[in-house]
Amino acid sequence: MEKLPEIRNYTFNFGPQHPAAHGVLRLILEVDGETILRADPHVGLLHRATEKLAESKPYNQSIGYMDRLDYVSMMCNEHGYVLAIEKLLGIEAPVRAQYIRVMFDEITRILNHLLWLGAHGLDVGAMSMFLYCFREREELLDCYEAVCGTRMHATYYRPGGVYRDLPAKMPLYKASRWHTDKEVAELNENRQGSLLDFIWDFTERFPKRVDEYETLLTDNRIWKQRTVDIGVVSPERAIALGFTGPMLRGSGVEWDLRKKQPYEVYDKLDFAIPIGKTGDCYDRYLVRVEEMRQSNHIIRQCIEWLRNNPGPVILGNNKVAPPKRVDMKEDMESLIHHFKLATEGYCLPVGEAYAAIEHPKGEFGVYLVSDGANKPYRLKIRAAGFAHLASLGELVHGHMLADVVTILSSLDIVFGEIDR
Amino acid sequence: MSDIAALLVNITERFSETVPAIDFAFGEITLVVAKEQLLGVATILRDEFLFNQLIDVCGVDYLHYGLSEWETTTATTNGFERGRDTRAIEDANKTENLHSKSRFAVVYHFLSLTQNYRIRVRVLLDENDLTIPTLVDLWPSANWFEREAFDLFGIIFEAHPDLRRILTDYGFIGHPFRKDFPLIGNVEVRYDAALKRVVYEPVSIQPRILEPKVIRHDNRYETGEQ
Repeated sequence: MEKLPEIRNYTFNFGPQHPAAHGVLRLILEVDGETILRADPHVGLLHRATEKLAESKPYNQSIGYMDRLDYVSMMCNEHGYVLAIEKLLGIEAPVRAQYIRVMFDEITRILNHLLWLGAHGLDVGAMSMFLYCFREREELLDCYEAVCGTRMHATYYRPGGVYRDLPAKMPLYKASRWHTDKEVAELNENRQGSLLDFIWDFTERFPKRVDEYETLLTDNRIWKQRTVDIGVVSPERAIALGFTGPMLRGSGVEWDLRKKQPYEVYDKLDFAIPIGKTGDCYDRYLVRVEEMRQSNHIIRQCIEWLRNNPGPVILGNNKVAPPKRVDMKEDMESLIHHFKLATEGYCLPVGEAYAAIEHPKGEFGVYLVSDGANKPYRLKIRAAGFAHLASLGELVHGHMLADVVTILSSLDIVFGEIDR
Repeated sequence: MSDIAALLVNITERFSETVPAIDFAFGEITLVVAKEQLLGVATILRDEFLFNQLIDVCGVDYLHYGLSEWETTTATTNGFERGRDTRAIEDANKTENLHSKSRFAVVYHFLSLTQNYRIRVRVLLDENDLTIPTLVDLWPSANWFEREAFDLFGIIFEAHPDLRRILTDYGFIGHPFRKDFPLIGNVEVRYDAALKRVVYEPVSIQPRILEPKVIRHDNRYETGEQ
């Protein structure tokens, strides 16, 4: 009798160049047939030593590096860094700046969740989601551009406030050889007023757009087959594994730093924390979709407040924040302040502080050690995705090969922040 | 955030006899713990004070702490000017003489989801003995954070199930976040067409800091078709 072929497990490589690897993840998978026995993520391919680079630069020069950590939620990263500096300096931004920060944090949250939803849909096989999500992202990136000049890497938050006040005019499209006057007039229709009017117009339309996404996915049989009961995490396990943000809330733990440890003006705003029940990929999807609706609600409250309350957006303390451009031309003192800030920056008192914010992906913490110099002595960035990805091996164990991609994208990982 | 002052009172009561120092600054409590005590203190924090999440573990290298200038021999002759507030630094050196004895520290950040407060635990490590017990058994989230501290600082977590490098390259030599590791690194990589593989070489680039960059022909300002 012929001998049966020997059955053995097969080990292979997933990534680092793979469309579903969300950047540069190398995954060593050990499979038995199509069942995953072991998954070992190899990270660090995008390691740029942000924390070490920051040690050699004055504080303000590292704000731009923060955008490049989690490069789909730029302003939230800046927020964590700026809060840590403010904590050590013992200063607080003017209340208008706090509202602007909260508004842009929530815009960023929608940006992040839209990209996540699009990419998650793509990974699971729902192609069209990606196009719809990017349609909305485009308008939000225009808000970024209007307020700070760049579409992605904003460098907008500063210790003591924000770089500048919201513009009174939205930039308009101009006719070109690709767009006729008529087309341009159509594109510019909602750009006639200020930035706040533009965002308001967006928030009017956005909930209906979320409804559209939901009609495509929420009750979709294929979507549910691919996500329900996939990658289940119990609440106890989620806490033990250091999960934060939507990953923790998807498992049914009611925890949100915006509510529990409010920073800026979150305690004055009305919003709800959605939580899941079973902790599978489907619940995490539902949590994130509801978070987009809640963010929309927060943005509207901020706009209403910002419309009625003009005021300074950065501290007048010229030891930390640069003086006005006009003053610099006429006033010697201001010129000196500006020169000192631009060349040397400012010194932080000796000590250490940890500031955390509710980042779209979870808790984004910045641990800052200062020895009294104008540069951080040690900067540690606690990225939410790092803890989430660490649990991947446990989450995918026993699942099918195709589920690895579903679970991986439901973690919402971005390698900019994991590798730093 | 719930009442941090109440926590400070309870923590002081529970630990004042065993733990060398309990600091309170910027609204945050820091326990400075000897490494022999770490497992005991961590267990108490988890079981009695209900710190159910280990949020972060990181290494700190105190080699250049409080030095007003950073020495550089390659980029400039007199180094980077930093601590301008020299008096504050001198004062700090007087009070925090803990750092002068121990070069390294491991810093843990804990969070309690039920009680809603945070605490920091710092363990100072001597340069000649960089071993410390792992906390993976108490909080599974310690796994990757400890691997990172091992990779970047060379701190050895005893009984860690999987202490491999995590962020640096395969076969990397050294611990890049130590203060005596150059910012620019030691090796660079390039593709060698003759050998048909990627080769590692000593770094060739010069640190460009303080060297003025001269731009003469900038095509952005040349006239021509838009």
